[in-house]
Amino acid sequence: MRAEGDCLLEVNGVTLQYKTARHLVTATFNVDFNVREGDRYVILGPSGCGKSTLLKAVGGFMAPVEGSVRIRGRDVREPGPDRMMVFQEFEQLMPWKTVEQNVLFPMKVTHKFPRKEARQRALSAIDKVKLTPFRDIYPHMLSGGMKMRVAIARAMALEPDILLMDEPFAALDALTRRAMQQELLALWNQLRFTMLFVTHSIEEAMIVGSRILILTPHPGRVRAELDTSMFDFSNLDAPEFGAMAKRIHGLLLDDDAKVPA
Amino acid sequence: MSTQRPEFERSPIDASGIGDIERPLPLAERILRNDAVQRAAIIVLLIVIWEAYARWLNYALLFPTFTDTIRVAWEDKGELAMRVAATMRALVIGYAAGLACAAVLTTLAVASEFGARFLSTLTAMFNPLPAIALLPLALIWFGLGTPSLVFVIVHSVLWAVALNTLTGFRAVPETLRMSGRNLGLRGVRYVVLILIPAAFPSILAGLKIGWAFAWRTLIAAELVFGASSRSGGLGWYIFAARSELDTARVFAGLLAVIVIGLLVEAVIFRAIEARTVKLWGMQR
Repeated sequence: MRAEGDCLLEVNGVTLQYKTARHLVTATFNVDFNVREGDRYVILGPSGCGKSTLLKAVGGFMAPVEGSVRIRGRDVREPGPDRMMVFQEFEQLMPWKTVEQNVLFPMKVTHKFPRKEARQRALSAIDKVKLTPFRDIYPHMLSGGMKMRVAIARAMALEPDILLMDEPFAALDALTRRAMQQELLALWNQLRFTMLFVTHSIEEAMIVGSRILILTPHPGRVRAELDTSMFDFSNLDAPEFGAMAKRIHGLLLDDDAKVPA
Repeated sequence: MSTQRPEFERSPIDASGIGDIERPLPLAERILRNDAVQRAAIIVLLIVIWEAYARWLNYALLFPTFTDTIRVAWEDKGELAMRVAATMRALVIGYAAGLACAAVLTTLAVASEFGARFLSTLTAMFNPLPAIALLPLALIWFGLGTPSLVFVIVHSVLWAVALNTLTGFRAVPETLRMSGRNLGLRGVRYVVLILIPAAFPSILAGLKIGWAFAWRTLIAAELVFGASSRSGGLGWYIFAARSELDTARVFAGLLAVIVIGLLVEAVIFRAIEARTVKLWGMQR
């Protein structure tokens, strides 16, 4: 039986490189971190720190040049439904399927649940993200926030070992974004899934995350790992929140931090 | 100079007076805006112009009237039906075979870089080659009859469909591909469950172009074969009528070609569009 706190994902000395037409780019260098069961683990860093690339490596979309990615002790070699990914873009939903069919699709192709149970799970996942009235609607009729909720419902209905979220709220407007963060936290409180969440927003990292890994850019290297499990929407105005945000800001932008205000 | 403006807060004014926010348009306006109604009106207009011109010209050998054409077509309805059936049989076989070949080639093209180059080279070579130019070769290889027709139809369908499908596959967003691979989909399942529906607008465009190519190639091929084939199709009907200087029959044959073309486009392809790309919001 797995329990909260057990080690779920081990990333050991991972160096990632990819090729563009002209260059060989090193995205991350020798990155280590561990994610435990029930963590809301956030990878935070400026653009160019390889955080999305790191997430792709965990997803199995690219292999590390050096180091290893292990999930529950197994080496990650290729993409699989045990690591469901939620992308930043809205076009991750299948436009030819209704909301319900979209949520049902992963369970159907992976045969993880019997047919009847799969449908029950899909309906309950849609209900949890409050989209029941839109079950039979095609994605093009939904707003950005609603599409994102479908993507999250789809990923969670499959009950993956870990939910990989690549700046899932970055393309949303500020109000929707805030509402989505709240909903995600509410869902986590209910279901206690494990997630690995990539963002470049300090505030989002502190609210959504229980643990934050801070990367430096060019190439991405580990700068710090912080515990932010005590922060949520209730203490946004607390002095500790501001202090932590300032500390993270300093870690992200070393040079700027030394300049007196 | 600026003055201080007062702030205010108020509850929203009562908007119930304007009735339903969303209400149906009047019936007459809905009928006039209807696509089918407008199309029918265009066709009626063309028929009126045809009839008026033919009557004014009054020279049936050159330009028979619409009513004469319909009368002849009605007289010949048995033969016309048989000819249409013969033509459609060759068409359906050829079209299906062409699609099967296109499916194999594009699947190879998706599977490997070499397959993609293979297909694009073949397409560049054969797409510009008119199907009719292959007819002499078809006659040598397969003789007179359906196999030759099928051969030229396959040629005219294959490249158009393959090219469009491949273009469509290449345009599938990376995110959608990744979310498919995320589920562990690979090979044929990946193509069938992700790529084909995602690329469906392009595939449908290819199917339409392929259909148009096939239809005109077929009629043209039948005209060439016509003189010697007893069981010929619509093309042969037109050819035979011409040799008897029976212009009304030529018109009747051409009208049948046009009507079938129109039906396939307006009924079959439209129905497919309405149930797929329009429903999915991929095409307006």
